[in-house]
Amino acid sequence: MHIDLYEKFWMWGAGAIIVVFLGTIGVATVSQGRLPPSHVETIDPTTVRADARFAAPGVTTNDDGSVEVTVIAMLFAFQPNEIRVPSNTSVTFRLTSTDVVHGFQIVGTNGNTMIIPGYVSQFTTSFEPGEYLITCNEYCGLGHHMMAATLIVEEGA
Amino acid sequence: MIHNRRLATANIGVAIGAFGVATFMALMQALSRASLDLPGRSAKMYYLSVTAHGVLMAIVFTTFFIMGLGVAFTTRALDRPLKWPKVAWTGFWIAAIGTAMTAWAILWGKASVLYTFYPPLQAHWAFYVGATLLVVGSWVWGAVVIATYLAWKKDHPGKPVPLAVYGILTTIIVWYLATIGVAAEMLFLLIPWSLGLTETVDPLLARMLFWFFGHPLVYFWLLPAYVVWYAVVPREAGGKLFSDPLARMVFALFIILSTPVGFHHQFMDPGISAGWKMAHTVTTFAILFPSFVTAFTVTASLEVAGRMRGATGLFDWIGKLPWGNPMVAAVLLSMLLFAIGGFGGAINAAFGMNSVVHNTAWIQGHFHLTVGSAVALTFMGVCYWLVPKLVDRDLELGLLAKWQPYLWFLGMMLFSISNHITGIMGMPRRVYEATYGGAEAAAQWKGLTLVSAGGGVLLFASAAFFLLVMLGTVTAGRKAQQPTLEFAEPLEGEPRKLLVFDKIWAWVAVAIILVALAYAYPLADHLSMETFGSRGFKPF
Repeated sequence: MHIDLYEKFWMWGAGAIIVVFLGTIGVATVSQGRLPPSHVETIDPTTVRADARFAAPGVTTNDDGSVEVTVIAMLFAFQPNEIRVPSNTSVTFRLTSTDVVHGFQIVGTNGNTMIIPGYVSQFTTSFEPGEYLITCNEYCGLGHHMMAATLIVEEGA
Repeated sequence: MIHNRRLATANIGVAIGAFGVATFMALMQALSRASLDLPGRSAKMYYLSVTAHGVLMAIVFTTFFIMGLGVAFTTRALDRPLKWPKVAWTGFWIAAIGTAMTAWAILWGKASVLYTFYPPLQAHWAFYVGATLLVVGSWVWGAVVIATYLAWKKDHPGKPVPLAVYGILTTIIVWYLATIGVAAEMLFLLIPWSLGLTETVDPLLARMLFWFFGHPLVYFWLLPAYVVWYAVVPREAGGKLFSDPLARMVFALFIILSTPVGFHHQFMDPGISAGWKMAHTVTTFAILFPSFVTAFTVTASLEVAGRMRGATGLFDWIGKLPWGNPMVAAVLLSMLLFAIGGFGGAINAAFGMNSVVHNTAWIQGHFHLTVGSAVALTFMGVCYWLVPKLVDRDLELGLLAKWQPYLWFLGMMLFSISNHITGIMGMPRRVYEATYGGAEAAAQWKGLTLVSAGGGVLLFASAAFFLLVMLGTVTAGRKAQQPTLEFAEPLEGEPRKLLVFDKIWAWVAVAIILVALAYAYPLADHLSMETFGSRGFKPF
């Protein structure tokens, strides 16, 4: 099978680009622990509010100063709909849904996860001070475009 | 000659009809998202129309068009009619009845679940049954094309199959592999659940099965466009195909790499471990390779065309290409848009960057460059060239056909670039309105939603041109014998020897192994975990 010389160069180049791309992702993953939100934990969607893990949605501060935010998503709201956290502090979000699939995106940040009924989503990130819009970014029904909340990040301790 | 022309024409006719309905929906959505009030605008109409646009464009238009194209190319390239024409017609009617059921459920407001139909949003059962019948009809089509190929092969032992048919066969194989996932989702989860035979479904299992189907689905759309780029366009542009063997390599790589990549649509999902998301990231980047090769081979073929038309300088071959031929212009512009879409795809595949753009307007900007341009604009270009041959009439309203691809290009640039930018700014996709009670962040993307709406208006005008040309051609085009359908010749002559890429079934075996490696363990792991099902919701 004859392959043109320029096309050979091109194919090696394309292969090299792919290796560089994957290498970049690999380095970020291994050295900085950057992973997509992939928490595996289940919950009965019909008894979320009775479940100790989601009985009191809101912000709690752990002994080590890190912050945990528990959120329940439902048609068509987040509970709580206003979240206050300190800046430059590790914040772990734990979320679940009582009905359909929702999304949770903190606009202008990399805070973004799906919320699937029957599962607990979890991700950790930190923020600069400011006020952020949180949207539901997965279609959930007629009120989808009104499903939103606010994140207020205050100058940290 | 092209055999079974009535069947090919019927398929393409349904495809264009679906395109016509969906294009009206699109205009309404683009205006609604910019908060422009139209009579009858409501959230209910908006989400109904997003569902209709997605299903009619992404599933109905593509599938029927590909079936029609497959019949025309296979019978012409093999120079024999379909082996089982009656079976093929039965498949067409199964698909058509299924489409009618699904369209009824959507248009009557009983299935505003979008084309992804993630449970526990629950549609009327007719939506799921109809969509399943459409897939079953396409399976019948695939079986008839394969049977026709096998009959040809028996008569031509040791001869490589023509490239166009090779491409159509890989399309069918990718489709069969892909639809295993959606068939399982429909038959075991959604149909019994929508009929009330089961109480609950596991929404994550449904998503895993959907995306098993959902990514190879895009190659089912794209491969027929590649068949056109490789096997037709070089000739229409006045040249030859630069490399036949590498074209076969590209199609063979798509057989093995199309399916084991689905988790890249679920990077942001809970319940799937990071290790499996990483594994699917590697295969996702690997699948860039065949498209990189396509960029070279197709561009080199176009350069050959330009030089055969008298170009001598380094770049003047570009200007020598027949930009006034609507078929060639549509394909060239679709390639340019696809190049931008391809870079966006590499960004989506990196999960760090994906967390910024996931489910934002960026995504709709991305897939309107890929399926909405590389595929749809190529298919429109093919119609200008193929439909006259199918109905033996001259193309009518040629001036509209000439301008239509350029209008699409301009509209799509405005639409897609504005959506990419608002996506990075955080605007969600698929929202009836994006004001969020006057939130500051939302105010910043307002101007760009107007640019996107402007692009939508141009795209609508372009689609209307296309529909007028098609309608004009089949009703008023002058009846005249058309030149026969000819495929591009390879620069180095027709292949005489079989290559490793011609061992299609060996590639299928590799594909099955890779799919098993990518999915068997995570699916088994998931099924062994204690999960909680969801009952259905109809908040629409």
